[in-house]
Amino acid sequence: MSRRPLIRELPPTRWFLRHPRYLRYMAREVTSLFVGAYCVLLVIAMQRLSAGPVAWQEFLVALRSPASLVFHLAAMAAAFYHAGTWFNATQKAMPLQIGEDFVPGAYISGAHYLVWAVLSLVVLFVAGVI
Amino acid sequence: MAKSHKPVVWFPFAAGGTVIAFCMPVIVVLGLLAALGQVPPGLSYESLHGFAAHGTGKLILFGVIALSLWSSAHRLRCTCYDFGLRADTLIATMLYVAAIVGSAATAMFLFRI
Repeated sequence: MSRRPLIRELPPTRWFLRHPRYLRYMAREVTSLFVGAYCVLLVIAMQRLSAGPVAWQEFLVALRSPASLVFHLAAMAAAFYHAGTWFNATQKAMPLQIGEDFVPGAYISGAHYLVWAVLSLVVLFVAGVI
Repeated sequence: MAKSHKPVVWFPFAAGGTVIAFCMPVIVVLGLLAALGQVPPGLSYESLHGFAAHGTGKLILFGVIALSLWSSAHRLRCTCYDFGLRADTLIATMLYVAAIVGSAATAMFLFRI
């Protein structure tokens, strides 16, 4: 007698609605859309920068359109959500053992948050914002 | 042992994910300030052009943009799959080619500065 494995067909386009955990996973996946789009904007920015002061000034003016403002707000939410979830995951991805004991996960994630805060402040300082 | 090309894709993805996590929020904040009409002094043509004119500045800009592009391409590929788009080879090829073209273009623009 052969045993047939149970094969369940999962709905390929809405499987993630079955559990809040899947939904959070997908929320994080969706941030890649905005981050990816922002990367494209950065490539365009480099093109404009290389094209001279007039082109750069036009680029800065174009950034002030309402669509750009909405896009920036969405990209900012996505970037912060990605960063937070990434740092929270570091304690699972890179557990650190000293002697017999594992370093508490909160220290590992906390160290990442600390470095992130310092780096961001340095960038803001260099850019003349603070 | 079976050889896999996965590390080649995966390493820049992990490096890019880290770069995005550490750098992207503050970059978007700078962009948002510009979008609000409060252009940070560091985003003025003179400052940014001066930064990009140096070898170190070029390397930082290229590193951040290229790694972020590659990581985003890989993540978008996974996102497409998770949303039920199963033409993985086609989508992966398109996204990785786009990331390579974007990185090459960035390098070219930076060399012109």
